[in-house]
Amino acid sequence: MSEKKVVVIGGGVAGLEAASSIAAFGVEVALIEKDDHLGGHVDQWDRLFPSRRPAKEITGYLIERLNEKVTVLTGTEIQKIERFGKNWKLTLNDSQTLIADALLLATGFDLFEARKKEEYGYGIYDNVITSADLEKKFSLDGKIRNAQGKVPERVGFVHCVGSRDEKVGNLYCSRVCCVTAVKQAVEVSEMIPGCEVFCFYMDLRMFGLDFEALYKESQEKWGVHFIRGRLSEAFENQDGSVLVKVEDTLAGRPLKMKVDLLILMSGMVTSSGTKKLMDLLQLETDENSFLQPSDRQLQANETGIPGLFLAGTCTSPKSIDETIADSRAAALRIMEYMNSVGSQQSAVSSQLLKTNDNK
Amino acid sequence: MPHFGYTISTDRQIDYDSNDKRVAKYLAEHEPSFMICISCGTCTATCSAGVFTTFSLREHIGNIKRGEIRNIKAEAEKCMLCGKCQLACPRGVNTRNVILNIQRAFEALGL
Amino acid sequence: MTFDLFVLPFFLGLITLMVILAVKYAGWIKGFQPSDKDLLRQGLFTRKSLDATGEVLMESLLHRKMFRRNALLGYMHMSFALGWFLLIVCGNLESRIYSKVHLNPPYYPIFLKYFISDGRVLSHELMSIPGVFRLLMDIFLLFILTGLVLALIKRTSSHWFGLRKTTRHSFSDRVAITTLWLIFPLRLLAESFTAAQYHHGSFLTNNFGDLLNSFLPVKQLAYPTWWAYSIALGCFFISLPYSRFMHIPTEVMLIFFRHYGIKPALHFNHYSNFEIQSCPKCGVCIDSCPLHTNANEDGIPPAYFLRALKINQPEISSTYGCLLCGRCGEYCPVGININALRVSQRIRYAKNLNGSFTYLKPADSQVAEVAYFAGCMTHLTPSIKISMEKIFNTAGIDYNFIDRDGSVCCGRPLWMAGKEKQARELMEHNKKLIESTKCKTIVLSCPICLKIFREDYGINIEILHHSQYILRLAEEKKIDLKKTDVQVVFHDPCELGRGSGIFEEPRQLIRQMANLVSASEERNMSICCGGSLGSTGINCYQRDEVSMLTLEALMANNPQAVITACPLCKKTLQKGSPVEVRDISELTSSLIDTKKISMPELVNQEEN
Repeated sequence: MSEKKVVVIGGGVAGLEAASSIAAFGVEVALIEKDDHLGGHVDQWDRLFPSRRPAKEITGYLIERLNEKVTVLTGTEIQKIERFGKNWKLTLNDSQTLIADALLLATGFDLFEARKKEEYGYGIYDNVITSADLEKKFSLDGKIRNAQGKVPERVGFVHCVGSRDEKVGNLYCSRVCCVTAVKQAVEVSEMIPGCEVFCFYMDLRMFGLDFEALYKESQEKWGVHFIRGRLSEAFENQDGSVLVKVEDTLAGRPLKMKVDLLILMSGMVTSSGTKKLMDLLQLETDENSFLQPSDRQLQANETGIPGLFLAGTCTSPKSIDETIADSRAAALRIMEYMNSVGSQQSAVSSQLLKTNDNK
Repeated sequence: MPHFGYTISTDRQIDYDSNDKRVAKYLAEHEPSFMICISCGTCTATCSAGVFTTFSLREHIGNIKRGEIRNIKAEAEKCMLCGKCQLACPRGVNTRNVILNIQRAFEALGL
Repeated sequence: MTFDLFVLPFFLGLITLMVILAVKYAGWIKGFQPSDKDLLRQGLFTRKSLDATGEVLMESLLHRKMFRRNALLGYMHMSFALGWFLLIVCGNLESRIYSKVHLNPPYYPIFLKYFISDGRVLSHELMSIPGVFRLLMDIFLLFILTGLVLALIKRTSSHWFGLRKTTRHSFSDRVAITTLWLIFPLRLLAESFTAAQYHHGSFLTNNFGDLLNSFLPVKQLAYPTWWAYSIALGCFFISLPYSRFMHIPTEVMLIFFRHYGIKPALHFNHYSNFEIQSCPKCGVCIDSCPLHTNANEDGIPPAYFLRALKINQPEISSTYGCLLCGRCGEYCPVGININALRVSQRIRYAKNLNGSFTYLKPADSQVAEVAYFAGCMTHLTPSIKISMEKIFNTAGIDYNFIDRDGSVCCGRPLWMAGKEKQARELMEHNKKLIESTKCKTIVLSCPICLKIFREDYGINIEILHHSQYILRLAEEKKIDLKKTDVQVVFHDPCELGRGSGIFEEPRQLIRQMANLVSASEERNMSICCGGSLGSTGINCYQRDEVSMLTLEALMANNPQAVITACPLCKKTLQKGSPVEVRDISELTSSLIDTKKISMPELVNQEEN
């Protein structure tokens, strides 16, 4: 059993948790990460919903859990993946080769390129930023200033940017942006006492157990305003402030308002790392362009290809607790697979999946 | 307005059962994307006519679905068909065809 | 002899056809609007008629445009048209040899081989005038028959002819085409049966006759076959005005009228009949339509729309589904103005659909040299209007951004939907706004606005698209452009390219800034981005299909970016494009040398 080896591609939350879960069984794991640090997106964030705990608590815990069975290869990319008997053979960009009994894709998500929603002015107006930009500001020094260096008196959050939008080809909901927006709204209110905060939403998807409480807190304790209406466009005023055009659907009238800072809640899209692997493995995706597992409820970590598994946000938008649970499930599936290689194969899904040796 | 001892009060409720939903039916048949509107209001927000008038496509679609068609015919005439709403709609509602079919519905139903 | 009963079907059929055509055409021409009648009168005895004759020769007979589309297709159509024309002309000349009378009845040359088989002695020498004529007639008949074979093949293997799909014919068309296809084989048989007895034919009819003689009773079969030939002709003539073959005489008339300057009007009128009935249903337009090819939208290509228009009202789906992209017009060998007819039908449908724009309050604006009208769509692509302002400012132009705070729509979307009356209300409003600026030039960012401003607004100022204007600024050295090595492709917007004839200026501008590669379909053959406001009927999935087709053509030579000149194209293509999509103004703005300011400002600075 100790000769078995698993390669986990992606060093974010999903990859980290899966790697340590598998290593806990005594199996060798190679954890490949293209950036030069572990922790993925979460490591870049400041505090997490709903408890507002520091993000580094999560990533720190996960990184510490990696035991000596896990070989971490950061700054490493994959050039080629081939079938090698029942196993996989990976060629890395430094020409190193790895043989693995099982392969786990944990390549995560990318944020929607907000520039594509040109009418909101990201990349055009200086005072339009994304939630990721804002989170960086939180991490940096917690001093929120607009592009002109002024402390904002009014801040607006735009929900569903790049999600639930036929015009950019992403019909799905990115799940976590609503609660992130409310969290950031609360944080901004905390950091800038007296600042008016507005959230422009279509729906408020506060699905987790404590999320509704956060929503209530935002209104009750911090006076965050919620306007049900989707922005059609934003304009820039002479002084750099941003004028938003929206319909206040609950009041039934168009509304215009000036904000000092407009924050776009960019959704999740398939990561470039995932796309590269799709190319290397000749995988196809569903119409949402995330990786499609064999069965989203019963076989959420399997692909129908023996030895190829999926975990984390590469298959769909997820929150951190969902990602961790998903990764543990993937690890268990991988262990089951490796203990009965050849005799047990996952049901092949109807989804088109081609491997190299089927060509 | 003076009350003459009693008032015949018409309630504000939408009487869904007795409302005329034929316009909605016509639209569902001739422009099916009418059904997928989620009333987000982006159309109204960007509307060229909305700057000058009470025209609100979100509101009118919503009202038609409930059978509240009282002033819809006159409202639909205000649309410039400029297409900004269609470019903005996140659901892919064929808004301009909804407007044309609202007008055709009233004509076809003799309303 | 110069008569037999069997000529009657042909003769009566011909007379019926002539009468029907005369009555129809006279009625239509009589009903022309006065301005068109004037054009007709003025053009009739001028060089225009000669030009028209030339075009009739080139297109109706030689089918030059068809040849350009596909050689086999061109040959097939040409063989029928030119072949039959030559048979008639040559046959008439040939008949003079044999007839003592100066003026022969029309059926004499058609059935000549029968009439000269009356026992008279004829020279069988090839190198004589009769011999040469006999040879020629056989050559022309063979010419047509080769075309017939191709036509039969085309029904099942249209891809050989460059057509992915070929027209599905209506019942009356099938009747007409069947009679047409029977005519020449029957002529061959009749002449061959006769030639077997008298050898009055040439290489084709003599030899084929001999072959038939070896196993058939040619003497008995000849006469009935002449009857059959005559009946086929007669039936064809009678069915002609009610079938696609009405195009044969009508397109000739159309070509003449076009040369005289007559154009389709906004509303259907008698002249429209000439356009509608000129469609040969050749089916070349079917492949050109991005909706039909990719989105399987039925009834939209002109071949089907015009057929429906001829007999009754076309469906709303085919009337309003069309993108009005105009690509079919480029393919049409007859040059029918299909977009105009489509809009006329929409006007019919929209007759009772009102519009009310009394809420527009008169507006006026500041005086300036140049007015800039961004248009509705540009407000949803702010990068374009910001780029334009940067360009104006760098060049030191005295401009007024007249719809900075929001536009009243130019009116063209209403116009395209058949609500032209209502469009005029918006146009009035915008006209007054523009006139209040007393500008000499108006610059538009949106080609949709550009087209209606140029064609229907009736304002007496210079109307330019921003790509043309920026090119001018560069030529006048009011802006300095940097050249980079970026490889880009230009997407021709429908309303700018085919719609307004502007293909080269955007390219000239781009070449000064980047390396321009071509798309696999471009200029007048470019494919619609899918966003067209011309269509109200199609859904978002169909638009995606069209976009995919366009992007495929654009990516043919691996550009690093797509440059376009329309905000709607930009937004629409961006959705599925694997590379960046930028407007030509954004490209300029990013490469403009902003440190260089225009001369007048420099002078002012120095003076200060």
